[in-house]
This record gives sequence, C-alpha cells and structure tokens, in this order.
Amino acid sequence: MNGEALGWWGVPLAILGGAIRAGTPYLFVSLGECLTEKSGRINLGLEGNLVLGAMSAYAVSYLSGSPWLGVLAAGGTGMLLGLLHAWLCSFPKVNDIAVGIALMLFGIGVAFFFGKPYIQPAAPHLPALGFGDWSASAQVRAALEINVLFLIGLGTAPLLGWFLANTRWGLMVRTVGDSRNAAEALGFPVNRVRAAATVAGGFLAGVGGAFLSLYYPGSWNEGLSSGQGLIAVALVVFARWQPMRCLYASLLFGGAGALGPALQSVGITGGYYLFNAAPYVLTLLLMAATCSPERTLSGIPGELSVTK
Amino acid sequence: MNVRVPAQVLESLLIPVSALLAALLLFGIFLACLGNDPLAVFHSMVRGGFGSAFAWRNTLERAAPLMLTALCTALPAQLGLIVIGGEGALVVGGVSAALAGGLAFEDQTPWLAIAAMLIAGTAAGGAWIGLVGWLKHYRGINETITSLLFNYIAIALMNHLVTGPWRDPASLNKPSTRPVGSAHMLGDMPGLGVHWGLALALALCLVCYTVFRQTTFGFAVRIAGGNPRAARLAGLPVGLLTLITCFWAGAAAGLAGSIEVAAIQGAANASLAAGYGYAGILAAFLARQNPLAVIPVALILGGISASAGLLQRSHHLPDAAVLMLQGIIFITILSSETCYGRLQPWLDSRRRA
Repeated sequence: MNGEALGWWGVPLAILGGAIRAGTPYLFVSLGECLTEKSGRINLGLEGNLVLGAMSAYAVSYLSGSPWLGVLAAGGTGMLLGLLHAWLCSFPKVNDIAVGIALMLFGIGVAFFFGKPYIQPAAPHLPALGFGDWSASAQVRAALEINVLFLIGLGTAPLLGWFLANTRWGLMVRTVGDSRNAAEALGFPVNRVRAAATVAGGFLAGVGGAFLSLYYPGSWNEGLSSGQGLIAVALVVFARWQPMRCLYASLLFGGAGALGPALQSVGITGGYYLFNAAPYVLTLLLMAATCSPERTLSGIPGELSVTK
Repeated sequence: MNVRVPAQVLESLLIPVSALLAALLLFGIFLACLGNDPLAVFHSMVRGGFGSAFAWRNTLERAAPLMLTALCTALPAQLGLIVIGGEGALVVGGVSAALAGGLAFEDQTPWLAIAAMLIAGTAAGGAWIGLVGWLKHYRGINETITSLLFNYIAIALMNHLVTGPWRDPASLNKPSTRPVGSAHMLGDMPGLGVHWGLALALALCLVCYTVFRQTTFGFAVRIAGGNPRAARLAGLPVGLLTLITCFWAGAAAGLAGSIEVAAIQGAANASLAAGYGYAGILAAFLARQNPLAVIPVALILGGISASAGLLQRSHHLPDAAVLMLQGIIFITILSSETCYGRLQPWLDSRRRA
C-alpha cells in the first residue's frame, strides 16, 4: 500500500476529500434553503426532499439505466414537495416551520413506502472525474475523485449569489423576503414569488438527495440521510443567507464530519462519535457568538418567522 | 355573547375531527389507487391498535412516551416558542437514568433506584431544554434551530458514552450501558399489564394542564407568549418564565427517556432515538398545544403506529405506510389552522340571510 506511506499527511487529505464528498448534499440543500429563506419562508421539510430525492433518483436510475434521469427525477419530486409547502403556507395562519416538519415526515414516509423494492438492486452511479490521476498514491486519487454534481453545485453557488444580488427577479425575491408590505406596495405577487423560490429550493434539495444515493454513499436504504436536510437549515443561518458562504460552510461541515473517520484511519479511535457532533457544536458556537437578544442576525430576511 | 362561545367550542372540535377525517380520506384514496381495499386497511388499523388486550398494551406503551415528548413541544408553545428538541431531551434523560440506575445505585433498594433513575432523567432532560430556553432569552438564538441541533448533539453524546466510557463490556452486538437489573425495573400496573410510566405520563399531562391553564403562573406564561413587550411592561419576569417552562418541557421528555430505560430497554442504547421525539411534535400540534388534548392524540397516534405490524402482515403494506399516514394527518391538521375563526362569521351571515 502506497497510501500508508502518507501517514499523518493522510489526515488533511482525507478531510479534504471528505469535505467535498460529504459536503455536496449540504451544498445543494443549503443553496435551496437559502433561496427559500431569502423569499421570507423557512422550509424545514428539505430533509424530506433529500430522502425522497435519494429514493426517486435511485429508482429512476435503476429502471432507466441513466443516472442523470435519476437526478432530474429527484429534482422533480423535490419541486412537488416544495410546491405543496408553498401552497399550504399561502393560507393565512398556517405556520411554515410546522408545515416543514409535517412535509419532512410525509416525504420520508413516501420514500420508504415506495423505496422498499430498491434496497437490494444496484443502480448505475453518477460519473466522477479523477483530478488525482497524476498521482501514484491511491489515497490522493481517492480524495481527488470529484463528482460532476459537486462541480455543478460549485457553479450554482456564485450563480445564485449573482441572481439574488443583480437581477430583477433576485431583487423581487429579496424584497418579498424583507418586507411583505413593501413588496405589496410595489405590486409584487408575494405568494407567487415565495412559491417559486420554495419550488426552486425544493428542486435543489432533491438533487442533493440524488448525490447521496447515486454517488456517496451510493446506495438506497432507509438510514441513508443522517439529517443533512435539517442541518442545512442551521448551515444557512451559519452562512448568513449568502450563497457563496453556503458553499464554504458546506465544505466546512462536510470536512468536520470527515474528521472522525480520518483520525480513525491513523489510529485515533477515541471520540469517534464526538467528532460526529462537531458540525452541530460549531454551528451552535457561531450562533452564540454572533447573536444577541437586542438585535437580530445581520443579513437575515426580515419576513422570516424565526426573526419574530 | 352566548352565541359566540358555542361557535368557538364547536370549531375546536369540528375542525380537528374534519381534518383527521380528511387525512384518512386522502390516505384511503392513495391506498385504493394502489389496489388496496381502504376499508379493510382501516379495519385492520383499528384492530391492530385497539382490537385486543395485546393491541391495547402495545398502543398504551407507545402512547406514554408520546404524551411526554408532546409536552416538550406543547409547553414552550404557550410562550410562543417552537421547540423541536424532544428527541434530544429524551435521549439525554434516558442515558442519565441508565447511569443513575446502573452505576451509582446498584446496591440500593428497588424503589430508591427507580426514584433515582426517574429524577436523574427528568433533571437532565429539563436542563437540556432549559439551556435552549436560556440561549433563546439571554443570547437571542432561535429556539427551533437550537433545539434541532441539540437533538443531534444528544445522539452523538449518547453514541459516544454508550460505545466508549460507559459501555457494558457484555453488550456485544448492540453497545449498551450496564443493565439496571431486573429488580430495579419499573413494574407493570396491577391488572393492566402496562408499566407505571403510563400513569406518570397521564399525571404529568393533567398537572401541566392545571399549571399552564388554571394558575397565575400559566396566565403569566401565556401573556409573555402573546406579547413579550407587554409582559415586560407589566413587570413579568419573562426570562424566568422562559427558563421554568423550558425546564418543564425538557423534564417531560427526559422522563419519557428514563421510562424507556427503566421500564422497557433496561439500559441506554441507540434504541432510545426511536423517533418518539419527532412524533411528539406531531402530537403537540395535533392537540393544538393543549396538554390535556395531548392524551387522546397520543392514544390515536400510538394506536396507528402499533398497527404497523398487522398492516404489514395482512395487507403487505410497508411499515412506512404508517409514517406516511402520520405525515398526511400532520399536513391536514396544520392546514386546518386557517379555518379557525371563520365559523362564527359564517353563522352570522346565514342568520342575516
């Protein structure tokens, strides 16, 4: 094994590889959540989108033989759940946080219900590009094998940032998210803008699910998601509602999750599960450091129910 | 005035029941589309949840932790907080109870050991959600996100303790803490075959209802929930109310965890995070955050989940069917919130016409 020669150098390398691999689902879900929250709604149901997306991607990829069709199917189911969320929340007095939890339960239920037959068979996976092929070390190659979906996410983050900051539609989303009254005075269709943002966000979250089942870990089962969809909500807070920061935060969270296994590979096994908690503790500490009871978080959309 | 009150009472019964029926209708249509006979499935659900003494025991043993985790969401809701940390508080409570029962009190008399377990679990759960309340009031951190993060931290902590420092070397396949010993387990209520945890859960629901709906403390909490600024102007200690309410909420979920350990599992292990915390959120919203309504709601939800096995055996439905139904019920109940306050105007318009 050439890889063992890396010794301690294997740790940062494994963390980098893990950050990209484990960070991709975070990236897609957090970009989706970011867009939704920018429009003034919080969708806690993206965990449901993620799990249902993972299941439908795997099923469609298995049945059609094309993983990219699977990705589209995942996005499609995500959009449907997003549409349902947007429709329910458009009624007065309906709480968006609670609807999100309900849709999370519902999405996971649907995914498990229809997913039973797909636990065994092997579906075609998404392709990966070997950026580390120049190296003789197996560890370097493994760490730098990057999935195309990550690259798409890498492009989506600045694109979404640009969209929100520089386009007419982006301005509309931000206005609707910051003040319902102002948006109505300007004649913006508040509920429709929010619905569009929720549906688009649902699409992105579904695609994140496709990455889980079609690349890493790369199979469909009921324990596939360990709450990435819920963590992404915290991640958006961490990223202060900026798509580029969502990218960095996703890599950070992915890397923090990879810390335990990476240390285990060099013989440090104690506290494996404690390292699993690293991303959550990190979010909590950052929120504790930046929040105060006198003012709300900077950058938070004014209409968001968590600010009230 | 004597017309308005009945309309409200009517609404608070009619709307949840119609929402529940609508959910069953939607689920029935879904089943029919898949080629199942919905009526037969519903019949099996009733039979699997409430059809026999065995089914009732199964239902009641699921309902007890649900009542307690529902309180974990329902009590902070009186303050206008949305706490979804029941799962974490349950886990923390269960692990603390196992520690108290298995390590510290192994030579004590049974009732002392049981009391120690329940108190340790309750206190730990209370402190856990109390911290969420503290962070909310004194640091301004949103309680929904904090309590969510706390769930994952609690589960990670449990996995660490159960596989590491507190692991019983004898537990091979399923890492657990040391068993509390059969002598120190919480027994069954005479004649019912259901453990005493159910009685504790029922009692706590009643106490919470009384405290939060009938006392000045509860009144103060609800004022603070309705308008924190007005509450502060009236001299109410909003921070203290938040801390106490969140402590009670967490204590309820922690009690659920210690009951799971003391009456069912016998030790703390990964089975503690079985989703009671998340189902409790559903129960609380179904009960419209009313601690007394939590009791029947928990019974219905417990019955539905107890029937999963029968649905699988006699209709070949995956056990996720129950999860789906719960999701649909949750969705229709939440959507029905929009109907409140519309019955009275509707009645008035009919009378005028």
